[in-house]
Amino acid sequence: MMNFLTYLINGISLGSIYAIIALGYTMVYGIAKMLNFAHGDVIMIGGYLIYIFASSLGLNPVLSIVIAMAGCTCLGIVTEKIAYKPLRNATSNLAVLITAIGVSYFLQNFALLVFGANPKAFTSVVSWEGISLAGDELKIQGVTIVTIVVSLIILLVLQLFINKTRSGQAMLAVSEDKGAATLMGIDVNKTISLTFAIGSGLAAIAGALLCSAYPTITPYTGAMPGIKAFVAAVLGGIGSIPGAMIGGLLLGVVEILSKRYISTQLADAIVFGILIIILLVKPTGLLGKNIQEKV
Amino acid sequence: MSMLEIKDLKVNYGVIQAIKGINFSVNEGEIIALIGANGAGKTTILHTITGLITPSEGSVLFNGTDLTKIPAHKIVSMGMAHVPEGRRVFADMTVYQNLKLGAFTRTDKDEIQESLENVYERFPRLKERANQYAGTLSGGEQQMLAMGRALMSHPSIILMDEPSMGLSPILVNEIFDIIKSVNDSGTTVLLVEQNAKKALSIADRAYVLETGNITIEGAAEDLLSDDRIKKAYLGE
Repeated sequence: MMNFLTYLINGISLGSIYAIIALGYTMVYGIAKMLNFAHGDVIMIGGYLIYIFASSLGLNPVLSIVIAMAGCTCLGIVTEKIAYKPLRNATSNLAVLITAIGVSYFLQNFALLVFGANPKAFTSVVSWEGISLAGDELKIQGVTIVTIVVSLIILLVLQLFINKTRSGQAMLAVSEDKGAATLMGIDVNKTISLTFAIGSGLAAIAGALLCSAYPTITPYTGAMPGIKAFVAAVLGGIGSIPGAMIGGLLLGVVEILSKRYISTQLADAIVFGILIIILLVKPTGLLGKNIQEKV
Repeated sequence: MSMLEIKDLKVNYGVIQAIKGINFSVNEGEIIALIGANGAGKTTILHTITGLITPSEGSVLFNGTDLTKIPAHKIVSMGMAHVPEGRRVFADMTVYQNLKLGAFTRTDKDEIQESLENVYERFPRLKERANQYAGTLSGGEQQMLAMGRALMSHPSIILMDEPSMGLSPILVNEIFDIIKSVNDSGTTVLLVEQNAKKALSIADRAYVLETGNITIEGAAEDLLSDDRIKKAYLGE
């Protein structure tokens, strides 16, 4: 029983990381209507930045995360400006999708060139050991607790930001109708930039938590979590913020529990299998809206 | 000088020329109707004025400033609001949030509150439904919301694109009464309509658009009794 609880909590923690990444996917999709497949690699860049500042230079971990967030935010804005914005009015959505895959490979190879292919040892940003409950039977690692708490805070702050601030309302308006938003006086380009900035900043936090929980980093660290988070976003209903959260948590729990109780090798197959089944039953995802054009 | 002056405006969609060099003007305080059949280019003209479409040639002078050289999102703060075709309210946001977005470029909280109260007074139903999602409103209520949202920017001119589209005859009358009263309170109106009879009944002057050209123009009353108009647009 205690073992099960431990796995469940670990699953929620992994799911929280997926959820933070999925938030970036889903917000960018909601507003720019594009799938930013390079999002996972922004996590990896964030991870390396923290590795440089915290693990190598010995800077304060929190300060390192702040620097990494700033770096990833810039990276997100610059990529959007250089690679995606010129294609915004392209006739085919495929153009921007393929560009995003290109950016993903670019970032991976850039990291390969700079840091090499060998895994680097990452010093956890959470030094707290965690807690023991039920007379040492249930041990929860510090990083697990921090991950869950951080993701909850992010969700809350994001909801407040979107519903209570002017920029947040502008984001909602742009995600629904760019033309009508422009008529309200909203600068659509600026709003899209802001969304990329927030998504990439969150990716840096996800990078810090991911590399702390699995303390190595390679140029491909972000690839698989990126895809899983994408699955989480689709599962929850792409474009929906609570959906990304629920999708992420579900995916993390399923992954950890199937690794433990079914098969380590099959875990990913089960995760993607669930995606296929849910999409067959509810094509818009768990919290996705049925898109109906009112004539 | 006219408040709004359109000069030699040409708009292309790819190789097709949708607007073929038109001229018209709107004076302060007027209601101007732009009438014409489906596909004549009415919506294209409004979209070009508020910057959603870039023209290939010509200028749109608003109080002397050429709007074609200004980013679309800056136009509303110059005093021009646009109620788009099909209302385009933000369906997943509440009525109140929609109205607040109408005042997006304004900063004075007291003035925004005053505009909000004015809009609620003009459209009491919007006040009743302030916390309801805009997507759940009926077509007529959505039209009122789109108009209220435009008024929230406190415009000196308001562009309305097919406000009667898809509404029942009673609602059409209601909407046109509102347009008239908006104009009476000092806002200039440029009205695009397929319902030529209703549009001409409230307009001061009108222009008839046929496949990208203005073919007839004049005082609205004269056009109501013009044989060509009667035959083509009034069904008489």
